[in-house]
Amino acid sequence: MTVPQELKYNKTHEWVRAEGELATVGITDYAQESLGDIVYVEPPEAGQTVKQGEEVATIESVKAASPIYAPVSGKVERLNPLLEKTPELINQKPYEAFLFVIRMADPSQLASLLDAAAYESHVAQEKAAH
Amino acid sequence: MFPTLPHTEEDLRSMLSTVGAASLEDLFADVPPELLRSQPLAIPPARSEAEVYRHLAKLAAGNRTDAVSFLGGGSYDHLIPATVGAVLGRSEFYTAYTPYQAEISQGVLQAIFEYQSLICALTGLEVSNASLYDGATAVCEAASLALAAVRRSRKLLIARTLHPHTRRVLVTHFSGLEVELEEVAAADGVLNREDLRRRLVPGTAAVIVQSPNFLGYLEDLTGLAEEVHAAGALLVQSADPLTLGVLRSPGDWGADVAAGDAQPCGLPPYFGGPTVGYLAARQAFLHRMPGRIAGQSVDREGRRAFVLTLQAREQHIKRERATSNICSNQALAALAVAVYLVTVGKRGLAEAARQSAAKAHYLAERLWRETPAKLLTAQPFLLEFPLVLPVAAAPVLERMEAEGFFAGLPLDRLAPELVPAGGRAVAERAILVAVTEKHTREELERYVDTMKRMLK
Repeated sequence: MTVPQELKYNKTHEWVRAEGELATVGITDYAQESLGDIVYVEPPEAGQTVKQGEEVATIESVKAASPIYAPVSGKVERLNPLLEKTPELINQKPYEAFLFVIRMADPSQLASLLDAAAYESHVAQEKAAH
Repeated sequence: MFPTLPHTEEDLRSMLSTVGAASLEDLFADVPPELLRSQPLAIPPARSEAEVYRHLAKLAAGNRTDAVSFLGGGSYDHLIPATVGAVLGRSEFYTAYTPYQAEISQGVLQAIFEYQSLICALTGLEVSNASLYDGATAVCEAASLALAAVRRSRKLLIARTLHPHTRRVLVTHFSGLEVELEEVAAADGVLNREDLRRRLVPGTAAVIVQSPNFLGYLEDLTGLAEEVHAAGALLVQSADPLTLGVLRSPGDWGADVAAGDAQPCGLPPYFGGPTVGYLAARQAFLHRMPGRIAGQSVDREGRRAFVLTLQAREQHIKRERATSNICSNQALAALAVAVYLVTVGKRGLAEAARQSAAKAHYLAERLWRETPAKLLTAQPFLLEFPLVLPVAAAPVLERMEAEGFFAGLPLDRLAPELVPAGGRAVAERAILVAVTEKHTREELERYVDTMKRMLK
């Protein structure tokens, strides 16, 4: 399981790459591995306003359909156009195959997210609980 | 000794003592007494096998099966080639309820895959699911699909010329949900496009039409898809798939979803069911299709293999977040449809529809020329038409039955709101007459002659 140091993490297994007001969001290596082969991404609407913690997308794998939560509030700036035809990119390169980019309403919300070390121990705890 | 009897006295005692209840009454002590039955159910005592057969034979003898049927209204008596029964009768198919250990049942999956391919070809759309319970539930699922696909939509426009049962199931299905159902008026037995235009506002998820419609009339859907799409809504068309052997397909009309009952293709009317619902849509809605889809893939050795796919949205996986409560399909009935369609083929299907239409028009014309009965309107129809008698329909139907004919369905009982001029008084005299390729010339002549005598 890879957990890049420079990213922020949501407990619900989304990663966030923040650059200025923009937050790029994807799902973690652990999440893609748990889901199995991803066959479909139901994205949010470009331009849609989202609230931190709100369910904004769905990822379907061959065995489950999982909700994706907005790690920060803001407006959906753009979607990853590649996922429409090739959702399996998430399995192949989870930290490159982002889901969407949010223009943050309040970048201070980033502080509420986990850093790499905290996320790793969160995953370890979840695994132990199963 | 009796594995089908769930609980012996001893089982009951042991279960009661496990949960710490002294008796069954004690176990149900929390149920308010007025809700409990004070008398045992009035079920007759057990009977022997021979007695049961005798009883069932007596019940069956009450059915009238010798009459020549002109009943339609959504369920039609078309010819079913012997291949259908032969394939359906194979225990590999009829004993398997639904393939939960899916990939072991390659034959069932292939049958479903073929069914889906045939439905796509007939409807002119790109994806079909593995089938649904019946036409009415299929239309409800089409409506749900549209509500999910069209963002911020909560309104459905339903043509009044849609089958009245389907309209009622839609009302039941969406009751309690924040969905607005509006009927689009009919004019002269077909969709009133002016009324539709007035009601078609942003926030509409779908316009649901049926052609041939409930009265048998062909709806002219020219330009409809464009209007519906311009308002941001989807067009859902219900169609008798047998008629698609000759008529323009929903896909050709620009419909986004086709949903209806496939009973006319391979299933007898039975006594009202079971039938099978079909649902097909454009590729863009693949991931919003309810139920499951059988897909074609390759196994590890590269051989053609079939898989059950896209069921991640079904209730048993998605739980309360599921977009539909469909978790099954109508596999055996769908198989009948598939075997029927591959047996008759493209030309056979067109032939069945053409012959039905030719005979229906022959009958209509003779009735119109030789009896005082009139056609309800002058709209074009295919194989079914509403006939207005000069007198109340019920006694005529009864007398026709005595002469060996199920002469038609009383419109008064099914959809009096579809009879335009004259209202109730005309509705009481109107019947819906369906003709299929099975009817012989002699039967049609006799129908006309008998009707002539009745209406003299």
